[in-house]
Amino acid sequence: MSVTEIPWRQDAAASDKGEEHEQPIHEIESYAKQVRRKFLKHKLAVWGLVTTLLLLGIGILAPWIAPYNPNEVTDVFAARPSLMHWLGTDQVGRDVLSRLIYGTRVSLIIGFVTVALYVTFGTLIGMLAGYYGRWLDMLLMRITDIFLSFPYMLVVLVIVSILGANISTIMIVLALFKWPTIAMLVRGSVLSIKEMDYVRASMTLGYSTPRILFRHILPNALSPIIVNATFGVASTILSEAGLSFLGMGVKSPQASLGNMLHDAQSLTVLTDQHWLWLPAGLVILITVLAFNFVGDGLRDALDARP
Amino acid sequence: MELLLEVDHLQIAFQTDQGELISVDEVSFELGSGETIAIVGESGCGKSVTSLSIMGLLGTSGSVIQGEIRFNGSILTDCTENQLRRLRGSEISMIFQEPMTSLNPVIPIGEQIAETVRLHQNKSRKEAKAIAVDMLRKVGIPRPEAIIKEYPHALSGGMRQRVMIAMALICKPKLLIADEPTTALDVTIQAQILELMKQLQQESGAAILLVTHDLGVVAEMADQVIVMYAGQVVETADVFTLFRAPQHPYTQGLMKSIPRLDQHKKEQLFAIPGAVPSLKEIPSGCRFHPRCPLAVGRCEEEQPELISAADGHRVRCWMAGNTEQIFVNHTVEVTV
Repeated sequence: MSVTEIPWRQDAAASDKGEEHEQPIHEIESYAKQVRRKFLKHKLAVWGLVTTLLLLGIGILAPWIAPYNPNEVTDVFAARPSLMHWLGTDQVGRDVLSRLIYGTRVSLIIGFVTVALYVTFGTLIGMLAGYYGRWLDMLLMRITDIFLSFPYMLVVLVIVSILGANISTIMIVLALFKWPTIAMLVRGSVLSIKEMDYVRASMTLGYSTPRILFRHILPNALSPIIVNATFGVASTILSEAGLSFLGMGVKSPQASLGNMLHDAQSLTVLTDQHWLWLPAGLVILITVLAFNFVGDGLRDALDARP
Repeated sequence: MELLLEVDHLQIAFQTDQGELISVDEVSFELGSGETIAIVGESGCGKSVTSLSIMGLLGTSGSVIQGEIRFNGSILTDCTENQLRRLRGSEISMIFQEPMTSLNPVIPIGEQIAETVRLHQNKSRKEAKAIAVDMLRKVGIPRPEAIIKEYPHALSGGMRQRVMIAMALICKPKLLIADEPTTALDVTIQAQILELMKQLQQESGAAILLVTHDLGVVAEMADQVIVMYAGQVVETADVFTLFRAPQHPYTQGLMKSIPRLDQHKKEQLFAIPGAVPSLKEIPSGCRFHPRCPLAVGRCEEEQPELISAADGHRVRCWMAGNTEQIFVNHTVEVTV
């Protein structure tokens, strides 16, 4: 009994093309779609996103939606909420609702600008340390450690009191003490990504170091950075509120969520004039929660790798 | 044949916590354009390090401490990083073992290929894209116009290796270094990829430096074979001579450990006893002597030179010429 000769196709080029098992699988959903689906499944994250967008809208449209000029002194002082002043007026007669709207704007600006500053800086430091390694890594990471070892709030208070409290000082000082976390995070990602074959491959193709760093490594390290930045906005808003509450932040007459709470340091206000501090406190709570939920959702969603 | 690459008494060292480790020692070979040379050996014998040194990519801890690498008239070992970078991807390029991780997951395939073209050939975005599509068609990817928009995860291993080959060959390099190009692929895909590499080599006249531990691939592809052991070349010959009459006991051991269909079922598969010595404790004399069935006193004390056994056939063994009576000589039939 002999085995039948199987007529294999000898033409290799023909068998190369159009083989079924080598077709790309189009049913695989794209990464962006997968992220969106996972994010939408996270109910709190969706609530957070909607709230965030709403707050952003309020911040951007503040000049048009605020019923009064936030710094304008009206003729009623410490008035209870009424139809004229929905959230009442403060002790010098300014409309609380208008101040709340403008305060949200200021807090959000501080949150976003600070995060943009320190994420950019921290990412650069982290990439340099992780990619070049050796003495540069050693040097940069020890500097990072030094910044992390300061009692953050105290040093910020001291610097602000020396430089004077205004929005740009606060943003720079807050950024100064927040970049180390991002730098360490990025360094860690870069350390593992630079060992990947596609980075080695891009070296063998003759790409320059900046090109490898920014075009091939950074996009792959982006998801933890985005998540961290989202949480960063929340914590920065909280820090600003804390500073302003202590009187070292945004100065009156400019409104911020924190310095509206400043008034609540007085016992009469705390017990009898709740409309002066309760709305500001609630807005802080809602803002911080919203950003944190978005961060949570993003962390779960971006984690999904195809 | 025009001489393209000359590796001349190359010695490579790595700086480690335990001091300097010599990873590659006294490696010399020549490669003409259009030729294929295969470097064979167990893991850790220095074959990948040798190939990376040609690219100038030994990293921060490794360096060539002796010898020269000459390529197409220039001395690579004396080139600056900038000069080397211009060569990489255009004159010399490389494909890797792992097609699954060798493509950047966040950049569409077409862009990854076009990026190389734009970098080395000063082409516009549109021209580069057209060249990429052509190249993808050449490496046998169906519907390249659609595929260029895909991300790597949508492709299978074989397809990705084709894309890698397209990327490596798109600037028509004179030398292609293939570091175990088929090890991670299915056997059926392996044959297709090898066939593709051969076909593209015939079209472009590129030389191929093939790093592998698969003797089947060697038999299929190579003109010349270099057998490396513990950082040294132990035998070099053309592919027919090497398979017909291997001289070095190590080469003979490698040949013997290929599984054979006519082997008796009860018979155990042959393996060379022992393991490749670590770089920290290189044996005295001949580096293979602790594992060699033929070792005599002299092997332990004196290091053999790479001596000529026949025309173009060189062996690093004191017993060269007398080894055949011990190991049964056999030809290896490989069907790919």
